[in-house]
Amino acid sequence: MTAAAGTAPAGATTPFFRRAVEGKTLPILIVLGVIVLIWYAFTVYLNAPWQIDAYERAGTEWTAADLVRDTMAQERPVLPSPHQVVAEIWKTTVGTRLTSKRNLFYHAWITLSSTLLGFVIGTALGVLLAVGIVHNRAMDKSVMPWVIASQTIPILAVAPMIIVVLNAIGLSGLLPKALISTYLSFFPVVVGMVKGFRSPEAFQLDLMRTYNASGAQTFWKLRWPAALPYLFTSMKVAVAISLVGAIVGELPTGAVSGLGARLLAGSYYGQTVQIWSALFMAAALAAILVGVVGIGQRMVMARMGEKP
Amino acid sequence: MNWALTGAFLFWAGAWALNEWLARLNPRSASAKRALGILIPAIFGITLLVVWEGLVRGFNISPVLLTPPSAIWARLVSSVPTLWADFQQTFLKAVLIGYAIGCGAGFLTAIAIDRSPFLQRGLMPLGNFVSALPIIGVAPIMVMWFGFDWPSKAAVVIIMTFFPMLVNTVQGLTASTAIDRDLMRTYASSYWQTLFKLRLPAAAPFIFNALKINSTLALIGAIVAEFFGTPIVGMGFRISTEVGRMNIDMVWAEIAVAALAGSLFYGAVALLERAVTFWHPSIRSG
Repeated sequence: MTAAAGTAPAGATTPFFRRAVEGKTLPILIVLGVIVLIWYAFTVYLNAPWQIDAYERAGTEWTAADLVRDTMAQERPVLPSPHQVVAEIWKTTVGTRLTSKRNLFYHAWITLSSTLLGFVIGTALGVLLAVGIVHNRAMDKSVMPWVIASQTIPILAVAPMIIVVLNAIGLSGLLPKALISTYLSFFPVVVGMVKGFRSPEAFQLDLMRTYNASGAQTFWKLRWPAALPYLFTSMKVAVAISLVGAIVGELPTGAVSGLGARLLAGSYYGQTVQIWSALFMAAALAAILVGVVGIGQRMVMARMGEKP
Repeated sequence: MNWALTGAFLFWAGAWALNEWLARLNPRSASAKRALGILIPAIFGITLLVVWEGLVRGFNISPVLLTPPSAIWARLVSSVPTLWADFQQTFLKAVLIGYAIGCGAGFLTAIAIDRSPFLQRGLMPLGNFVSALPIIGVAPIMVMWFGFDWPSKAAVVIIMTFFPMLVNTVQGLTASTAIDRDLMRTYASSYWQTLFKLRLPAAAPFIFNALKINSTLALIGAIVAEFFGTPIVGMGFRISTEVGRMNIDMVWAEIAVAALAGSLFYGAVALLERAVTFWHPSIRSG
């Protein structure tokens, strides 16, 4: 009795602690910390040759502490230190006006808008094609192998051509980039949805038949709900790859705005800090997009009565 | 309506009807079934090409906008040496070397962290997260670090292929059931014996899944990395320069080569998978 009473207050505080240790939070934080430490070490190591060279040219005396300090504050480092990247991101997001072309949010928005447009079109097309494949035997046999084969083709390689060609006929701006995103995001959706529409078991389909359900009724009341989990899983893949498509789509034409353009400009002018900050922005964007799809998934699944 | 359009349309209608009829056939022998499985998509592919050619000729679309397949083929045949040099630079050097190192490193890392649940819990969410990132963006950094030649492209390929391999292998290593592992314990088998005789074979479907995903990623990574600077050879270099010179037929030829290489690479991995994981239900039934 006393033992139980003694552990009670401890039990009230430990769940948080135990979750941190046995769950994923603490391991992730530690691994992240180690990665940042390694990054700092590499910053010093990779930037040191240039810095030592600079010291010798200037003829100044230097100590190890000087070296460490200066390698982390170079103008165009081989590898910028994490705090330089964070400072650059802060400067180009909060520190400049939102409408300015120097603002990273502006570029992220350009990329995001074509990503989303391409993703929406691609998902809609993918679902439509999957419906056709499931309901038509000839389409299944003839189209499906090509859908799978087309995944083995480096579609991104076509990106510059699509952009340039569409520019040549007067289409420029958002749509060509969105088309590349469409093309990329559409395949995971087709493959996932075909699997999803086929996931109802034979006895469930038979049951629909005993109810004398029409084709449309079977589709809306059985196949579509059964395919929803697959839809969200493939949408997560599709939205990530859609972002890649939008970024690559910005590379070839010398686009002036968008994260891809920032990457290219940074590589032309040797602005490593700018490249890294654009990369981090792209990563954040990917995380947000996948996260939003995940939240949508959880909400829909909860309404469908799935236990978490 | 001119003859090219009408012809393409008639061909499409005929091929569609033929495919509808073929798809309804239910041949008894297995070989006939397999032949049908190849014939139907083949007819569909040929139809696509014919309709493409017919549309371009029928509407007089300028070859810059959409090159007819016949012109692409002519270009492909006439510039084999260039294409071969590009293929060597991009595929045989950057893609294959990067693929081997990236997949190998991912696999070994997975084995290394297999014994530490702590590292697994820390690394797996990160690995899953990184798989969703636009890793292709590191290409300009790699080009700065490793120069214009193929090592920088191989580096991009290594980074792109590492994480899918890591995540899939770790997942695969947990695929063996508790009963199987208990059986190995009753045999008093060591960690390494269990690993090689039970857990790695059980993980093979997952590992091959990663190998297949990576075969596509590797080619994309190498080609896109070349957009950021190369010596004057390579598939990505050729695509970006010929686009600039409006030689779209050459671009298409290069894409055809890339598509063929990608499909063959994928096919080779798939064949290897069949040979290694012959016991898996998805292979046995097929």
